[in-house]
Order: sequence, then C-alpha cells, then structure tokens
Amino acid sequence: MNDFAHLLDRLAYEPRRNAKLRLLQDYFTHAPDPERGYALAAMTGGLTFREAKPAMIRGLVEARIDPVLFGLSHNYVGDLAETTALIWPAPTSRSDEAVVGPGHNNPPPHVPTLAEVVETLGTVKKADLPARIAEWLDALDETGRWALLKLITGALRVGVSARLAKTAIGALGGHEADAVEEVWHGLEPPYATLFAWVEGRGERPTTLNPAPFRPPMLSHPIDEDGDFEKLDPAAFSGEWKWDGIRVQLVGGRDAAGAQVARIYSRTGEDISGAFPDLAEAITFSGAIDGELLILREARVQSFNVLQQRLNRKAVTPKLLEEFPAHVRAYDLMHAEGEDLRPLPFSERRARLEAFVAALDHARIDLSPLVPFATWADLAAARADPAAVGAGEDADAIEGVMLKARDSAYLPGRPKGPWWKWKREPFRVDTVMMYAQRGHGKRSSFYSDYTFGVWRAREDGAPELVPVGKAYHGFTDAELQKLDRYVRNNTTKRFGPVREVAYGLDHGLVLEIAFEGVQRSTRHKSGVAMRFPRVARIRWDKPAAEADRIEALETILARGEREIAPGETLTEAQG
Amino acid sequence: MSFSASDLLTLTREGLYCPLGGFHVDPTWPVPRALITHGHADHARAGHGRVLATGETLRIMAVRYGAEFCESRQEAPLGQEIRIGNVTVRFAPAGHVLGSAQIAIEAQGVRVVVSGDYKRAYDPTCLPFEVMPCDVFITEATFGLPVFRMPDTRDEVKKLLDSVALFPERAHIVGAYALGKAQRVMALLREAGYDRPIYLHGAMEKLTELYKQEGIPLGETPKVVATERAKLHGAIVLCPPSSIQDVWSRKFPDPVTSFASGWMRVRARARQKGVELPLCISDHSDWPDLCRTILETGAGEVWVTHGQEDALVHWCGTQGIKAKPLHLLGYGDDGEAEPAAAPEEAA
Repeated sequence: MNDFAHLLDRLAYEPRRNAKLRLLQDYFTHAPDPERGYALAAMTGGLTFREAKPAMIRGLVEARIDPVLFGLSHNYVGDLAETTALIWPAPTSRSDEAVVGPGHNNPPPHVPTLAEVVETLGTVKKADLPARIAEWLDALDETGRWALLKLITGALRVGVSARLAKTAIGALGGHEADAVEEVWHGLEPPYATLFAWVEGRGERPTTLNPAPFRPPMLSHPIDEDGDFEKLDPAAFSGEWKWDGIRVQLVGGRDAAGAQVARIYSRTGEDISGAFPDLAEAITFSGAIDGELLILREARVQSFNVLQQRLNRKAVTPKLLEEFPAHVRAYDLMHAEGEDLRPLPFSERRARLEAFVAALDHARIDLSPLVPFATWADLAAARADPAAVGAGEDADAIEGVMLKARDSAYLPGRPKGPWWKWKREPFRVDTVMMYAQRGHGKRSSFYSDYTFGVWRAREDGAPELVPVGKAYHGFTDAELQKLDRYVRNNTTKRFGPVREVAYGLDHGLVLEIAFEGVQRSTRHKSGVAMRFPRVARIRWDKPAAEADRIEALETILARGEREIAPGETLTEAQG
Repeated sequence: MSFSASDLLTLTREGLYCPLGGFHVDPTWPVPRALITHGHADHARAGHGRVLATGETLRIMAVRYGAEFCESRQEAPLGQEIRIGNVTVRFAPAGHVLGSAQIAIEAQGVRVVVSGDYKRAYDPTCLPFEVMPCDVFITEATFGLPVFRMPDTRDEVKKLLDSVALFPERAHIVGAYALGKAQRVMALLREAGYDRPIYLHGAMEKLTELYKQEGIPLGETPKVVATERAKLHGAIVLCPPSSIQDVWSRKFPDPVTSFASGWMRVRARARQKGVELPLCISDHSDWPDLCRTILETGAGEVWVTHGQEDALVHWCGTQGIKAKPLHLLGYGDDGEAEPAAAPEEAA
C-alpha cells in the first residue's frame, strides 16, 4: 500500500504526461502481483466496494485528537483526508518502545497491502469497518494514510486517466494502448493474465466477452489553408458531425446463448447502465459505431438537452421518457462474428446500411451521407446544413466529417483517412478580468484568463461580469506579451490569481471563440461557454466596446429552441 | 505589586522591549539598541544603533547589509551572562540557522526566554537547540498546528535523489531560503553521498561562501552561468523560492520544480506554488517539538509571537499553562504572499 501511495503522491504533483507515464511504468515494473493489478484497477475505476463516509473518518480522528485542534487544522488544510493523514497519531513511537523495553509483546503494526485493503473492503461488515480503517491508519505512513482515505472515500483523483494507465501497461511489453484496450473488457482485477502477457510470460488474454469494446477510429481537424488542395473530393465520403457523445453498441451471445448488450463510451467505459432504453435495442450480434443523441418527435436535440440526461445519477422512468436516447449509426465494426474493420469504408457503409435496415429499430438510425462533388459544395453544406438535407436537425450538427472511401477502420487517430471540419465557432469580444498562473511548462506564466462581458447593473450602470476562462489559442510569443500585460496591470493578488485592471476606459479585449452556450448556476452570469479559447488579442480595441451579455443570451436562446418533453412540434414552434 | 515578566518585557511599535535594559529584541524598525536572535531579514534589520548578537549573526548581517549595518556591534558569546542596565542576558543556541540564538533575560528573580525562531530537528549546519528553564517562554508558532509533524529530513533528501535518478535528463530546481535552508539542504545532500556539484542561483552565493568560511563543508557549489543553463541535465540547482516560478528557471532542461519548506506539508500550498516535488524540510519547530519544548522549559506562562497561535494557546490551556498571543507584526509567518513580495526567509 505504501508503494502505491507514494506513486499516487508523485502523480498528484506531476503535470507532464510523459513524466506520469514514466512514474507509472516504473511502478508497474517493480510492484508485485496482485498489488499492481489492484493499483491499475484503482486508477481505471475498476474497483467496487463499500465506501467510507466522511463522518465516520471524522469520528475516528476525534476519538484520538482534541476536536478543537482537529477543527483548527481541518480549516487550515481544507481537506478531510489530508488533515486526517497528517494529524493521525503514531500508535507506538520508538521512545515508547524504549520505555516498555525488550520482551514486551508489542509486534510492529502490520502494513496492509493494497490487495488486502481492496479484498477486505469487499467483504467487511459495516459495523467492523471503522475498526479496520483505524488499524490500517495506525500501520501506514502519512502518504499511505492519505492515499487510503482518498481510495476508501471514493475521491481518488490523481490526474491519471484510464487511457494513460493502459498506455503505461502496454509500454511494458512494447504494445500500444489500443492493444490493451482490445483485451481489456474480458479482464478482471488484479489482471494477472494481462501482466503476464505484456511481460512476455503468457499468451495474449483471449477475450471471452461476447460484447467487447474495440478502440474507436478518430479523426484529425482539417487545416483549411493547406489540406484541401492535397485531397481529392472524389476519394471521400461526407457525413454530418453530430454534437452528441461517441458510443459503440455491441451485442453478442454468451456461452449459455443469452444475449449480451453493451454500450461503451469512446474511452471504453461501459455506460450500458445509464442507457437501458438504448441497450434494449441491441438485439443483434455485432458492433455499431455511432453518436448517442436525444431525439424528441424524431428531431435531434442539442447537446444541452443530452447533458441534462448525462448529469443525472439515477435513471428514472421519467428521465427515460423525457430524454429518449438514440444512436445515429455511422460505422459497422463487427457483424455476426465477422470483423469488418479491415474492409474499406465504402464496403462497411453498404454493410451498415443493410444492417440498420434489417434491424429496423426506432432507436437506431443511419447517419446520412452528405453528397458533394467539390470542396466548395462541402463548404456550403457545412455553412448551412439545413439547406442540404439536415433540416430541423441542423442545430445539433457541429460540422462535417470526411472519410476516405478506401480506408480500413483503424483504432486510434491515424493521420489521413478521417478528417473533421467543424462549423465556424461563435465569437464574442470580452475583457480580461483575472489571470492565473499555468502549470508545467507554463508555470511561470499567467496563462489562464477569466474574461467578462458587459451587463447593466441594477442601477443601470454598466459592469463586467465573468463568463468564462480560456487558457489556449495563443502562441508562445503572445503568451509572453499577455503575461507581461498581466504583471504590469495587476490590481489585486489572490495566491496564484491576479486581478487585472478593467473598466470602461481600461482593459484588454480578448476575442473568444467557442462552440456554444449553456445555462450555468456556477457562474454569476448564469451562462457558461463550451470550449472557449482566445481567437485574437485585441490590443487595439477599447474595453467599452466589448460585447454585452445579451450576445450570449441570444445564442443560448437559439440552443434552447428544443421541444420540451410532452410538447408537440407545433406547440414548441409557436 | 510584585515584579513580573510583563515589567521585564513590554510590547512597543518596534516589537519586544526591555525597559530595565533599554533594548529591543529583533525590532522591526531602527532602534538605539537591539538584541538580535538570528540573521533572517525579518528579525535582523539594518540601521540600529548598537547591536548585540552572536558572532555568526553579526557576520551574516554584514554580508547582507554591508559592513556598516549599524553604529556599533558587540558579539555575544553563547552561554555567557552579559549585564545590560539592570538586567542580565544570556544567549543559547536555537538550532534555527547558523548563529541563531535564544535570549534569556533576567531581573529580580524572574526569567523570560525569547526563543526567536527555533527547531529541534537535525541540522548539520548549526548548533542544536538548548533548553533554558524559565518562568515565561516566548515561542514562535509558525507550524503551530498538529498537522505539522515534519518527516525525517533524510527521507526528503532521498526523494530528491530518487527523482534525479528517475529523470536523469531533467534539471531539478530546488527553491530554498537563501540563509539556512539552502545550506542545510546542501549539507544533507552531501551526507546522503551526493558528491556532484550543486549549482547555485546568484542570490545564494555570498551566504553559502560565508557558511564555508565558518567551517561548514558543503562541497563544490558553482554559480549557475546563465548561458549554460540549458546544458545542466540531471543537475541539482538551488535558488530562492521566488525563482522557481520565474522565467529564469524555465531555461533549464525540462525542469522539475521542487521546494524545500515546512509549508510543503500541505498539498494545496505546494500546488499553489506549482511545485512538483515538495520537500518537507523545515527550519522551524513542528507541533510535537513546540509542545515538548514548552514542557521542558518548565515555564508557567507562554507568550506566542507569530504563526498559528490559536492552536498552541489552546493546547497550553489543556496543559494548565497560562498562554497568550502577542500578535507581533512584521515577522514572516504565513507564506501566503507572492514569493517576490514576501520576506525572503518567511518560512
């Protein structure tokens, strides 16, 4: 447990991806089985056990430490697990042992392994849990206590994605992360067969999973200034780029002949439980790649609406009724036991069309092709999808996709066969209000900017209200200029954050590009932007001429022109 | 009314004042006569009339402020009684940095000990803290919360060396206060068997040289040459805390940002400073040592100068010891301020 804890400790402070990878590889190489397997499970969200409640932890501490001192400490540190880890009294210090003297039956505390912790948490009775946790806290060092408390309270966030952990595992044996993904869904913690395989001691684990995840094929953004002239329009198919979430619908029969239905996110997370309405539609044997969308009255709803379903924890009948999930299919990876991925796109597309037609299910339809002869045709479709057949669904389209007709389905992000060409972003002129220092290579620079737009105060006077934060979209040279601007125009300092001068007659205008607007209770302005980034730095523009909040509210209103649950189309339009 | 400690020491705008001896202790403003506990800038300021301090502290002040930092100076030998006006004073080691001392002030059978900043943990660069029994003990409380239990410094140095081994191509930039902490880290690295050159930011050079002159072996410590920074793969570089966030540090090969400070005990503090490799090495007493020291002095009353005084005052109450916070201003204690604006040795 202590080794795992020290790994988490280093990872928590390490901003660089490659360095994280190195730390992970170092740990996976040296840690024994099954310890490292449970560590992998902890980092990939593969552990399930009874979580400990903060009140119980607090109770354990207050039985050992003056509650006033604990309270002052907790206020100061600001995190219960960390405060507890730091303040937990050492059970037997060396000086105590000296007093007791030799011969006293006082064995050193047993330091639990991660495997022991995980196995115990899976079986322990609720009433016995506090005593077990106290024993572990007694035995572990401070970093161990911190990691244990984070783990058992379900708050283990150390900046490692499941993908990164799998990349590290793959690298142990010179495999790509996708090779690990291919076998992943047949495996259980502590993954002994996986480690044996990557270390060359065992066979590649054969997946007995009748409905496995397969790593998806991803696209590159197209560069309008250079890529088109190198590409032949006749070699590509066009499709709408839907603003939903990428999923795989996978169906198959298990050894007993029962149907298995799975929905996977693009990172391989099994999200079937959240979409029982859609899982029911998986009556086939095969794997469909597509976009999960909410459809009402056969009309695709905006990402805002989908997000309302994604944000709910409990899947209630009401939720299923108000937010019906659909999949718009665009590829067929597997069908009736046959791996279609080596086939060219045009052939897979024909198979997909036949497959979806035969399935004939209201929840699964085909993503239409966008016909075009020249790049100009495609540009017109992208600019106005409604005019080129997207009709009422145009608001849920975020651009077009280009797929080479002769391309096989390749996992990962190969450059060349698939391109995405997103719609022009929205743009708004804002005023910089706060700046925060960045991380990693940018840690010396003020690189994260909070910006605001104008609105009328209650007395009618204009004021700036923060509407978002952006930390990319500028070059290194621009960053240096922005950093200097922040340092020279600071009005207040709050730890790593600085307030800069802003107002009607001073302030820096940042033109922000973004993909959409959502309602937000977290922001004072009531709105939040999607993917905001700095499009241009308007050194020339007076702050008073920046945009007003109404500009964002108009975009918000457009996105919300959906059909409310239970309404008919005509009512919504009226 | 009988003579008491509050007759012996009073609070003035400049800090603690002894009316019977006519002197201040660690005054934050220029005064006619000052007794200085140690050389950190928030305790030892320039511009006083007469200054009494240990020889090391006087030499540190001369390095920092120039030879003319006061009108006249007197060296206080450790352990010897010195008569000033109607009081007797005695300096004893405080274990904080080279030359740091506590000062016992005594008159009419009442003894007060001003401990300055002190620690009990191992430090090869200065004399260890010596307990002086007293009636009133004046203590700092920089790390006066029970969450501050400092780990063994050898383990912290090992963390640094392990990281150097894991990332041999990256420079390790270690922020450390220029007086005391930097030299302690160097000495600890040498004790751990690290014998490669330890590179220094220009701001650390003079004081490190002084430590060497005072007989503390620190090995080879070349100054970083600005144009050579990109070549220092795998090197350990010490710099003032403000420089780890500075553009200066970005010119090293893929630098690992480290900081040697007791504040690294708290994750949020490390993150706020963008520290990737926190080293919990403190020149102040941690909580167990603050409590132990108070008990060992046998003091019936404790005055708490700066830091997290609430918790320590509360704890004294639970031990039946009278305690009060002094709310002294001007001493670095919170570490919240911007590194560039904070006193260099605030922690």
